[in-house]
Amino acid sequence: MTDAPLLIVGASMAGLRTAEGARRAGYAGPITFLGAEAHAPYNRPPLSKELLQTEGQGHADVAFPIRSALEEGVEWVLGRAAAALDVERRVVVDETGQEHPYSALVIATGLRPKPLPIDDHGLGGIYVLRTLDDAVALRGALRPGANVVILGSGFVGCEIAATAAKNGANVSIVSQSRVPLQRALGSQLGAEMRRRHEAHGVRFFCGESLFGLVGDPDVERVILTSGVMLECDVLVVAIGSDPNTEWLQGSGLDVSDGVLVDAGLRAIGVDGTVHPEIVAVGDVARYANPLFDDVPRRVEHWNLPTETGKRAGGILAAQLAGQDCAPLVAEGFAPLPSFWSDQYDAHVLAFGMTYLADRSELVAGSLDDECVLEYYRGDELVGVCGIGMRSTVQSYRTRFAAPARA
Amino acid sequence: MIKIYVDMDKCQHYGQCVFEAPEVFQLNADDKLEYQAEAPDDLLADLESAADVCPMQAIFLTKE
Repeated sequence: MTDAPLLIVGASMAGLRTAEGARRAGYAGPITFLGAEAHAPYNRPPLSKELLQTEGQGHADVAFPIRSALEEGVEWVLGRAAAALDVERRVVVDETGQEHPYSALVIATGLRPKPLPIDDHGLGGIYVLRTLDDAVALRGALRPGANVVILGSGFVGCEIAATAAKNGANVSIVSQSRVPLQRALGSQLGAEMRRRHEAHGVRFFCGESLFGLVGDPDVERVILTSGVMLECDVLVVAIGSDPNTEWLQGSGLDVSDGVLVDAGLRAIGVDGTVHPEIVAVGDVARYANPLFDDVPRRVEHWNLPTETGKRAGGILAAQLAGQDCAPLVAEGFAPLPSFWSDQYDAHVLAFGMTYLADRSELVAGSLDDECVLEYYRGDELVGVCGIGMRSTVQSYRTRFAAPARA
Repeated sequence: MIKIYVDMDKCQHYGQCVFEAPEVFQLNADDKLEYQAEAPDDLLADLESAADVCPMQAIFLTKE
């Protein structure tokens, strides 16, 4: 099996960073990417912003450059999803039935949007946003004057709303939350973001869900649980994501919510054993972060595919070279999550795990202009978020590097 | 020598690069990004990290 490649399932940012990390750590052997999407790895954040509003933009505008370390010895098998994993035989079977043996395996299959929670009756005009193809399809529908209803008020929903509103669409957000971005930013900042959206004409229907759809063959109206009826040419479902782990069912790995991994990103089996030749990276991985506590979580912030990939690549390279990985793993893994969001002229930047907080506190600026908020779980600072005021927000980075409690 | 180019139309001055390669990237007093256009080869790993963490993917590197 020594000729088998390092197999990366998911041709994603996390997969790419893992490959680069392995190369940087000295792995010179073959690498195979197996990706469900037809595209080489690309950057997803512009899909709800620049790419969504700029006709003609495509893969070339968001593709990650392939560095020289990956120009040779890399095979790309794209447009083919993985279907099963055989841990004993060290083989991944793809959807066509072809077997892909591996020396080490990287699980980087990410997430997919949760589907519409009610029957869609096969209607057209219903969209989600995760992939480049999703974004191109949605862009074609976001015409000026279109009635756009967005279900969900997280970052994806709010960024689509901002892009569509700027483009002249009539935008409504329907959300079960009291304010948009409540889980990530809390009530205080969420209410301010609502005010900013409303100033651009976006209407909010909070504490609401969808009751039904009307139209044929495309959706024409949506009916909310309160009985309100909204004109709707474009319905966007943005109510969160589910991990792509169906292909791992029955493999023996713990995939109860994403792929459970240890501090070396190495997969843990349902029986508790660590699989040193299998790592999971990016959005699909579930791990504890000792900066905050010992609870394994999936965290969907943009910097973590890179953080997990770099570390996992280094550890796999050591594993494949027959080195003892224990010291590397024992260094611990405590990445500081960071995220940002551009909505209208608001540039939101945050560090930490704001959604672990039970309260937020305005510590600088004013909410309706530039501001900085601290997020606390009890007495413990767990996050910081600012609109503008970059230097102040940045200065918090070291505040989370406090003694790890692992 | 490594040449550094930042697409300032894309750059939103998030300053993530500053923490990866402070020798090359700085935020000035107005929170705007400033950077050196050239750096020695031994900074390559740091510069690649800076390019990796740029939210706008606005940093481009070429090796001379």
